Amino acid sequence: MTPVSILIAKELRCFLVSPVFYVVGAVFLFVVGLLAHLAVVNAGQQAVRIMQIQNSAAQLNLNELVFRQMFASMEIILMFVLPMLTMRLFAEERKLHTFEFLLTSPIEVHEIISAKYLSVFLIYIGLVTLTGLTPLVLSLYSSFEWSPVLTGYLALMLQGGLFLAIGVLASTMTENQIVAAFISFGIILVLWLLGGLGHLLGDSLFGHTLTYLSFTDHYDRLVRSLLDVKDLVYYVSASVLMLFIAHRIVDSHRWS
Amino acid sequence: MIHVQNITKRFGDLKAIDRVSFSVNSGEVLAFLGPNGAGKTTTMRILTCFLPPTEGSVHIAGYSCHDQSMEVKKRIGYLPESPPLYHELTVWEYLTFVGQMKGLLSSRLSQRRAQVIEQLGLGHVQQRVIAHLSRGYRQRVGLAQALIHEPPVLILDEPTTGLDPKQIIEIRELIQSLAGSHTIILSTHILSEATAVCQRVLILHEGRIVAEDTPSQLAVRLRRSEKVRLTVKDPPPNWPECLLRVPGVNHVLQDSLPNSWLIECDIHQDIREELARFVVQQGVGLLEMKRVAMSLEDVFLQLTQQDRLQLLERDDQPVSRQSMEGVVAPQS
Repeated sequence: MTPVSILIAKELRCFLVSPVFYVVGAVFLFVVGLLAHLAVVNAGQQAVRIMQIQNSAAQLNLNELVFRQMFASMEIILMFVLPMLTMRLFAEERKLHTFEFLLTSPIEVHEIISAKYLSVFLIYIGLVTLTGLTPLVLSLYSSFEWSPVLTGYLALMLQGGLFLAIGVLASTMTENQIVAAFISFGIILVLWLLGGLGHLLGDSLFGHTLTYLSFTDHYDRLVRSLLDVKDLVYYVSASVLMLFIAHRIVDSHRWS
Repeated sequence: MIHVQNITKRFGDLKAIDRVSFSVNSGEVLAFLGPNGAGKTTTMRILTCFLPPTEGSVHIAGYSCHDQSMEVKKRIGYLPESPPLYHELTVWEYLTFVGQMKGLLSSRLSQRRAQVIEQLGLGHVQQRVIAHLSRGYRQRVGLAQALIHEPPVLILDEPTTGLDPKQIIEIRELIQSLAGSHTIILSTHILSEATAVCQRVLILHEGRIVAEDTPSQLAVRLRRSEKVRLTVKDPPPNWPECLLRVPGVNHVLQDSLPNSWLIECDIHQDIREELARFVVQQGVGLLEMKRVAMSLEDVFLQLTQQDRLQLLERDDQPVSRQSMEGVVAPQS
């Protein structure tokens, strides 16, 4: 076993015994389930209305009515939920002085950061996989196209990956978990608002730059099944940049 | 085994340690002694590659802390000031994790885990979650963590804090049993601990080494006189002068206690008998008479007093035995 896999195993174990994980996970799944339910009920009502007007069975586009709704609202939910998952990663190590143990063990700083990031990403994949129940159940009773749903899940992975990297970065900045959660929430919120600001500034270089920096348009395109390398590059490079800054911060703790 | 050359560590404008050099031989036990803020923890953190020094170099088992830190880290067991424990894990899980991180393979790991659990008396708490352990047990789990991979070098920052007297004795015995096969550096401000387990003491003050020797030598070197504490019931006004009439008495000092005096005579001389006879003749009511032995505490206090340091700084050179004696002489 490599040090990275040992650390990942330990992190997963700590997540699975942590009450925070269960509360956050339960709230996340409940809210996603509720929103999916509302979208399905809404689609059903529309179907009834169309049937009354046309006097024939309605052909509803579930991709449009349910899944795009669901993915769009999950963008907002992730903004609130993911900082709660990442806040403890480094803040707790510093608080408990186990950071000193990690940095005096034969493991490199980049390995520590990768292990922490991968472990929380695995936890996130687990939670997102559970939301897959919605399309699975719907596929039993209706028909829809799977490919937009799958790109939607790809969007969730990339978006979540970025938010988690921001959370890891925030967690290296402080030894207070609450502060770490707020810092990551703050960074995510600023990135989100940059998108709106970019749209306001319209068709200028500055406006385009701001829109590119924000994740909103990238996420939108992916949810609408417009796969573009530009968006993938954005998510991967932004996540790597966050983790790189986290590495510098961890390193700087050793110098001050 | 450990070679430290001229290390300095600055935190901004503050010099936490200033040109410290020492070496420790294989199998030796060395104690860092010093008041809080003397630079003990900083020095230890540098030795464990946690902090890089601003200047100077550290070599452990032939490897440089700067260029070969991974090799150094594999060979060090480190117990920081507060034991680094994951509160949600059980003792058993924690030790497994630590062993794996230090690179123990599974068969060796289970053997070593059983050994340290036995050595530190953790058997009946090994399935307990660390968050529920008392401070003493946490300290012991911290020590187990430092020992599990059988490192040749052990660096223990105040290993007996938070333990009860019985546990302190057990841990000291454990450290003594490890001496010889391990090179150990421990820090403490309990001086009797240094005397009990260490072959060599290094006294740090404000980031500098102010003395380095065996505990007993340090005490002998700094002792220039014998002292007797005398307490009487009703001393006459000129009592100190009266006392000076007793043969062998050199100095009489008022002690901090009421009606109590510290009487100094030449070293290797016992004036207690003469003194007792004199006090009884004077009829002032002898309450107590006790020889005051110079302990490591006194040495420590003497060495870390501010005026002494200023003298040392004026010399501005590494403190040798000679210059130390020169420094202490004016007071005796």
